Order: sequence, then C-alpha cells, then structure tokens
Amino acid sequence: MSVYGLTYKGIDQVKGPLVIMRGVPGAAYEEVVRIYSEDGREWFGQVLEAGRDKVVIQVLGDTEGLDSNAMVKFTGSTLKIPVSDEMLGRVFNGAGEPIDGGPKIRADDYRDINGAPINPAKRDYPDEFIETGISAIDGMLSLIRGQKLPIFSESGLPHNEVAAQVARQAVVPGKAERFSIVFAAVGLKYDDVLFFRRQFEEFGALSRSVLFLNLANDPVIERITTPRVALTAAEYLAFDLGMDVLVIITDMTNYCEALRELSSAREEVPSRKGYPGYMYSDLASIYERAGRIIGRPGSITFMPILTMPGGDLTHPIPDLTGYITEGQIFLDLDLHNRGIYPPINVLPSLSRLMKDGIGPGKTREDHKEVSDQLYAAYSQGTKARELVQIVGEAGLSPREKLYLEFARRFEREFVAQGFRERRSIEETLDIAWDILSILPEAELTRISEKTLNKFHPKRRIAAQAEGE
Amino acid sequence: MSELVYEGKGVIVHIKGPVVEAEGMRGAKIREVVYVGEEKLIGEIVRIEGDKAIIQVYEPTGGVKAGEPVERTGEPLSAELGPGLLGQVLDGLGRPLEVIAEKAGGPFITRGIKAPTLPRDKKWKWTPLVKPGDDVIAGDVLGTVPEGSVTHKIMLPPTIEKAKVIEVLPEGDYTIEEPVVVVEHIGGKEEVKMYHKWPVRTPRPFREKLAPVELLVTGQRVIDTFFPIVKGGTSAVPGGFGTGKTVTLHQISKWADADVVVYVGCGERGNEMTDLLHTFPKLVDPKSGRPLLDRSVLIANTSNMPVPAREASIFMGITYAEYYRDMGLHVVLTADSTSRWAEALRELSSRLEEIPSERGYPAYLPDYIASFYERAGRIKVQGRRDELGSVAVIGAVSPSGGDLNEPVTQHTMRYVGAFWALDKDLAFKRHFPSINWLRSFSKYTGGLREWWIKNTGHDMMAYRDKAMALLQRASSLEEVARVVGEAALSDENRLVLLSAELIKEGFLVQNAFHEVDTYCSPKKQALLLKTLLEFYDRARPMIDAGVPISRISEMKSLGLLRRLKFVPEEDFENAVKEAIAQLEAEISSLLAEVR
Ligand SMILES: Nc1ncnc2c1ncn2[C@@H]1O[C@H](COP(=O)(O)OP(=O)(O)OP(=O)(O)O)[C@@H](O)[C@H]1O
Ligand SMILES: [Mg+2]
Repeated sequence: MSVYGLTYKGIDQVKGPLVIMRGVPGAAYEEVVRIYSEDGREWFGQVLEAGRDKVVIQVLGDTEGLDSNAMVKFTGSTLKIPVSDEMLGRVFNGAGEPIDGGPKIRADDYRDINGAPINPAKRDYPDEFIETGISAIDGMLSLIRGQKLPIFSESGLPHNEVAAQVARQAVVPGKAERFSIVFAAVGLKYDDVLFFRRQFEEFGALSRSVLFLNLANDPVIERITTPRVALTAAEYLAFDLGMDVLVIITDMTNYCEALRELSSAREEVPSRKGYPGYMYSDLASIYERAGRIIGRPGSITFMPILTMPGGDLTHPIPDLTGYITEGQIFLDLDLHNRGIYPPINVLPSLSRLMKDGIGPGKTREDHKEVSDQLYAAYSQGTKARELVQIVGEAGLSPREKLYLEFARRFEREFVAQGFRERRSIEETLDIAWDILSILPEAELTRISEKTLNKFHPKRRIAAQAEGE
Repeated sequence: MSELVYEGKGVIVHIKGPVVEAEGMRGAKIREVVYVGEEKLIGEIVRIEGDKAIIQVYEPTGGVKAGEPVERTGEPLSAELGPGLLGQVLDGLGRPLEVIAEKAGGPFITRGIKAPTLPRDKKWKWTPLVKPGDDVIAGDVLGTVPEGSVTHKIMLPPTIEKAKVIEVLPEGDYTIEEPVVVVEHIGGKEEVKMYHKWPVRTPRPFREKLAPVELLVTGQRVIDTFFPIVKGGTSAVPGGFGTGKTVTLHQISKWADADVVVYVGCGERGNEMTDLLHTFPKLVDPKSGRPLLDRSVLIANTSNMPVPAREASIFMGITYAEYYRDMGLHVVLTADSTSRWAEALRELSSRLEEIPSERGYPAYLPDYIASFYERAGRIKVQGRRDELGSVAVIGAVSPSGGDLNEPVTQHTMRYVGAFWALDKDLAFKRHFPSINWLRSFSKYTGGLREWWIKNTGHDMMAYRDKAMALLQRASSLEEVARVVGEAALSDENRLVLLSAELIKEGFLVQNAFHEVDTYCSPKKQALLLKTLLEFYDRARPMIDAGVPISRISEMKSLGLLRRLKFVPEEDFENAVKEAIAQLEAEISSLLAEVR
C-alpha cells in the first residue's frame, strides 16, 4: 500500500527540522511531502525514515509555526526539478523555483536532484586543456575540461575574483563556443552574489548562465539542496544539450555546516569536529557529478569554492574535499598580504588531470618539465625565505640567495597578474623560462637536455649566434 | 507435524537509508543475500532478531516503502569464479559495468540490475586433463582453458573433497554452463562446470601457508630497494590527499611482476578508473606480450556509488585473487582505499546503532582489517600438485587530516609487512613517490640479500644500508641547518647534504609519467645506487685537500649523475661509465687547482 496522493492530518512531534508522524504505513523513503499549517503556510519536506510505525520527515525551511494540527500530503515522488534550455539566463532559489519575477520554465523533463552515479566505464577521460589566461593555473595547475578543481580559500581572500576571472577568460583552445555557467550561491552574502552577477553581465555571460541563490538569510536546510539542484541543471545542459558547462558553487563550507547542523538534529554519532561520518560520501555524491561521458559532446567542469576555517588545510571540510576532487587551488593569506593577485600558493595546490592534458599538440612540449622545475625551485626558494627569518639574508649561502631571488621573481612576475590580464600559455611558459634562467643549468634537474637546448633562453641565444 | 523453516518471503517494516528492517524472515541466515522491495534491490542480512532481519541494501533505497516484499535467496554473498574474469571491469558486487550500462540504457547507473559476472555465451577452448575412472580431490586440475594472459586451470571445487571422474567432455569449445566433467562422490553424482560460486567472506582453502621470500619487483626504486614487498606479502600506503597513493597503486598494478592483478577502486574517483581503462589496454605486459588488461580484474565502486557495496568490493576482490592463486599463480591485489572501506563499515555500524569505539568506528574494526590482510600469503595449493601460489595485498590508507595516528592507519600498521608512509611536505616539493624514508618500514628486507645477489650480482642490501645511513645523517644535519643556515655547517657536513641530495634526486625521486623513469629494473636500480654512492667516497678526499664545497657542488658531472636515471636500460652501463669518467676528470682538475 502506498500513501501516494494521500493527505494526513496531525503530526506527533516537531524536533528542529524533523517532523515525526505515526500511523502512515506506506510512506516511501526519500519521498517528498508538502506540509500545510492551519493558517495556510506551506513547507516542503522529505521522508528520512519510512517505517510501518513511524515516519521521520526532514523539513526544508524554518519549522517555526508547525504544530500538531498540520496537514501532510505525500507526493509519491523524490525531489525533482523541471529542466529545459529555458533555464539559461534565469535565477532560481535553492529549491529550483524561479525568483527573478519571470514565468515558470517549460519542463522538457523532471530530474531527480540527486542524479545517478555516472557508470565509470562510460566516463570519457578528461584530457583537454582549458586556457584560463592565469599563469599560475595554466602553467602549473592546468584546468582540464570535465575536471573538478576547487578553490581552497579563507575569508577576506579574493576567491570570488579568481573564480570570476576563470569564468570570464576560460576557453578550450580551438573551440569557438564559450562555457555556459551554472552558478550556485550557498549561504552567501548578497554583496557577493551581486559581484558575480555584475561580472557575468559585464562579460556578456548572463544569457548563458543559470543562477541558483541561497543567501545567508535563506533557510539553512535549503543549502543541502542548492548544489544538487544546480548540478541537476548542469547535467541537463551538458549531457542532454551538449554544452560545456562551468559550475561554480560557493561557499561549500556553508553547505558542510548545514550538513552538520542537520546531522546533529538527527542525533547521529558525529565524526571529526562534529561533522557526520558520511560527509565524505555525501560530498562525493556532489563532486563526482563533474566529468565527461563517452559519446556525448558536453562536459561539466566544476570549480567549487570553500573557505578553510582558520586557514587550516587539515580541517574536515578541505580535507574531505581534497580526497575527492582532482586537485585544489590554494589561496594564501601571506601572498595576499604581500599584494600578490591572484594569491595562489602553488606548493599545496595540485591539478591531478594536468599530466594528460598538456604537452605537445595540446600546450607546448616543455610544459610538463617547466612546471616540475618551477615547483622544485620555488620550494627551495620558500625554504631559503624561512631561513632568512632565522639567520638573516647574510647567513645564506650563495645558492640559497639565488633561490630566494628566484622565489621573489616567481611570485612577482609569474604568479602575480592583473584581474583583467589574460596570458596565453606561450606567454606563461616564456615568463617561466625567463625566471628559471637565473639558476645555473646544473640546478635544472627536472628538465631534459633536449628541452634545455630548445627552450633555455641562454642556449637559444647561443644557438642563434652560431647560426649567424 | 513438520515445521515451516523456509518461507522465502518477508515484508519490509522500516527503511532508513541503506538499512532496511523486514519481518517474516524466520529461518533466514546471517549474511544471506536477499532481494529487497518491488525493484528487487540486492541486500545482505546483517542481523537477525527473532523473525526480524536487518538488511544492508547495496543499492539506493529511495522510493522503497514499508509493506514491500523481501525475497530470500538462501545463499551468502558470493563471487563467480571461472574463465572470463580477466579483462573485466566490475562493480563492488561483481556486476560487469558494461552490462550494467547496456541494461540501464545509458551512462548512469540505475537500480535493480542483475548481471552475472561471467559471460554465459562465450565459448572457451577446453583441454581435459582427467579421464573417466580417475580419482580426484579438491583442487586437482580437471582441465584448462586459455584466458587472457594465463592458462586457466579448471579445478575440482573446494566443496567436493574427493570424487571419481565418470564423464569428461572431449577437447572443444564450451560455455561455462556446460558440465565439462561429471564426478561421483559420497553425495552422489555431481556436474562440474568451468565455474563455481564461493562466499566472498570465507577465505579459500589451501594446503599450507609458507613464509614469503621472493621479491615482488615493482620497478619503483624506493620500494624495491628501500621498503620492498614480497610475493604473498602485505603493504599499506598511508598518506593525506594528493600525496601519491593512487599513482603508487597504479604503478604497481602496471609494473609488478605478477601473473594476475586485481585492482579494487573502493570509494575513490570515477576518473581514476577511467584512467586505468584507457591505459591498460594500451600497455603491454612484458611477460606475456599481451595488453595489461588481459591479466587484470578491475573493480570499480567509486565514491558516488552506493556505500555498502564498497564494503563488499574488497572481499569480492580478494576472493578473485585467491582463486587465481589456487591455480599456482602470483597475484597482486591493490585496494584504493581501505579507509573508504572502513568508513562504509562505520556508517553501517552507526545505522545499526552499535556502540561506537574510537572515532566512531565499531570495536571490531581491528578484526575486520585483519580479516582482509590475513588473506594474503604464499601458499601450497590444494590438490595433488606441488605448486605454490601467492596473493600480495597492497592497501591505500587515507587518514583524515593526514594524521597517521587515526585508528585505520594504526590498526593496519599492525598487520602489514611493509609500510610506505607518504609525506605531504615531499609531495608539495614534487618529490614523488613521497615515501618518507625515515617513517616507512619493510619487514622483508632481511630475507632478500640473496635474491639481489642472485638476480643482479649486487649486494643491494649493503648499498641500501649505506644509503640509508647517509640519508639519516643528512636528516639530522638538516635539522641543524634549519636553525643556523647551511652556510654555517662545515664543508664536510655540507658534502653529506650534497651526497644525500644526490641520492634523493637521482634515485628516490621517480617520475611515474616519464617514459623511461616510470619503470626501473632491479639491475639498473643496483648499478644506479652503487654509482651514486660512489660520489661521496670520491668527493670526500677533496674536502680534506681543501677544495671548497661550492666548487664541488658546481661540478658538471653532478648534473650527469642526477639525470642518469633517465637513461634507457640499453644505454645505461655506458652512461654510467661516462659519468664516472667525467667525475674523475673534474675531481683531478679540482685537486690540481688546490695543490
Ligand atoms: N610517482 C609519481 N610521479 C609523478 N607524479 C606523481 C607521482 N606520484 C604522485 N604524483 C602526483 O601527485 C598527484 C596526486 O597523486 P595521487 O592521486 O596518487 O594522490 P593520492 O594520495 O591518491 O590522493 P587522494 O587521497 O586524494 O586520492 C598526481 O596527480 C601526480 O601529479
Ligand atoms: Mg588517490
């Protein structure tokens, strides 16, 4: 027996965001319910536990005003949103309802917001370079079409600017079409939303964007649905309509906090720092929706933003995210304070898909080696810088001094660039060679003889001289 | 009056995520597989309370209602064992992902799909090895079929202790459903097919467990030389995110000198499985000359696939590994990541409202981890054959916050023979593999001296000890240098740092994505380490003679030594000679300068 379509009056208990009912034997697990109070207010909920004797419903939105006289209608369906190309250019709330004053969208289909796992055998391996025009990213953390690459940040750092710059500049070389953008705000301040909106407007992307907004003062529980709703829209655009979609979701930290709140309302045994033990799997069910599929032209490239509480990389939120995503772009307070924009610290950053997306025919043959060498040398440079704190610059060996100088130039010339500056990958690599050439060749152990001959500025000059 | 013991059907009374409660289940057994709800989702009974059964469901339960039926199968969760496993990509329950895609009609995984592991219509070339009248015992080889890169032995299943052969199909092509042999035993006649089922949580029997002694060559220098694993051994790879666990496991499954590789992707990324699927068909196994995929079984239960199936996937994988071991083959199983597997256990435990122990894991976590690693080993196979087989197990561990003191790492450490501790700081520097040489261990080094001498002509374990001593000295000097600066150290000490740096750059760092460096044979490893160690011995007299360290560190030959590893095997000996010659020349001219 199902209770689909049936409406029950009376609930037993309201406990935070949870409603408990008895005597509803046929409720389906994860079924969506609508709840009406006597004074005509309406709530949305979902069955969390479906028992013959007891049903637990998780309510979206504030449960204040809900009492035992409420009516509960069972819809017989899991949470679905309508999808079609009419989503483009529109603004929705975290439950997928339009909030821009426009009409409801035409529904070509209704999709479950949880999606379904992509069959790993049907994934297409992401191996196409996206040029973002940002040197630190293109040169050392290359973004690949279909990758999930988060920005790890802290409050006060320009992560919004970096994400907006990527959205504005990203192109797949050789492809005329620009990325469509699915943007989701999770528990964000209105100012931040406004910033993104203005940016999209300014570079003419609004008509190829879909916005999902859950603001700081919107229901906390809707933060759980917002990323899922946004990715459901993205999946439709990418895998049904064939678009390359860039998904930006910010701030995933607010999402995780909502998850923790919900978990504690359910009285679950917490894991680290009060976050639920299943947070890894829960986040994976969101992040793994990025990618490419064999035989379908579109893609989802996913750039979530999260702020690390206390700048701590080992905090459960960045930690679990890093275990799922294909790398991370790490923004650094110290670089920011020294006036470097974008303040990307490449050392704790990583792009796991870079290896197959760069090199001859894709970017340039020296790309991989140059990148490896930059990492090694910059890490020496930062070590030397730490030493300066202790023994002063005078206490450094000549080699350490050289690396110190390298780190300085690397940050000021390679990493730093304008918010509106777009560098081609060739320009990026040329800058890298310029800086690397201050080091003796014996130090360039990550670069092969062949590559040195072809690209090292000094050898190039020598070769030219010989040629003349 | 007889008592009704098997009703076959129960009814759902409660659903909470993957945990479903059903009544009317009297007679059901713990660990029995059931089909849950109208959609017949696959589940396993994990607890019985009177006529109530608590079921862990391996597929999403959204939409399931109280009142729906639960159907019993009477069987525990089992693996299908027979020809057709190699080259497959399976989910955690042993269902081929290609078949799932076909049945789902698209790239997304839907529910309730039933798909047997082994293809039923494929014909295999059967060569019988027994004839009617032969007496056979469990494990005896009845015949063979070629499969992928191995000769697949069809054995009398462990469930038949001894029997007499009464019928045998002649050489020819048959499907796995055809009874190739009929035997007679105490219980009567029994048809033996090319495949049988085995409960995944029960270790397969063998005659005797032996101490593992033979190096499992992985071609990864820091592993083979410093922290080796042996055939039938166990190892764990703990490390925070991005430190190189997956790449290490991929490298081992590509290069290890094993006959069969089982790769279990357990709760990790979809694209990493895709990566293997792209490279394995292209890479050639030097042993068989066939694509690597032909010696591999891939299990993909990625992080977004149902959590309970993660728990099953590891047992499924180890059962496949044991089966090929029983044929007298050397098998390697890699599991990425055992932490996700333990977390699946934790999640289930918490849904069952068991009392949590450390960090929310159940108190039986250590036993559970042991039950996996203990299935590794080098054994004498069942049957009347003098054959040895082995299963080596290598598990990634993903400690939360990168902290090795958490329970999964700590308990794993107790059961493994080798421990490759990955280091975030090395990874940040792009020193890969980021295996920390001070915190890792291998209990197998003792028995391997002979192996190295016999196979490479080098006393590699002596080189290893010497290199280790140098690295340890350098590490304590670095501590000092961090406070006073390198410049304040004596030239002698700075030479130690320079020589250790050479071992790190020139030997320990190994680029998995460099076409030469990705694999290094034991011979090359030995000669390379020997050569690099010579640098210190040869440079040491220069310090006494008063050559400044700055001049020594500028020697061109140092660059040659650092890059020796990139020289292909065939040119390697020559390159070593050249580098040494240049080193000698530079040393003499520096010495001449100070004299
Ligand atoms: N041997 C190696 N050679 C070159 N690069 C390597 C090597 N090992 C690791 N890397 C680099 O480090 C990155 C991260 O490695 P890997 O994916 O194996 O980490 P992991 O420990 O499995 O992380 P996670 O726990 O998040 O899955 C790789 O994408 C690669 O860029
Ligand atoms: Mg990994």
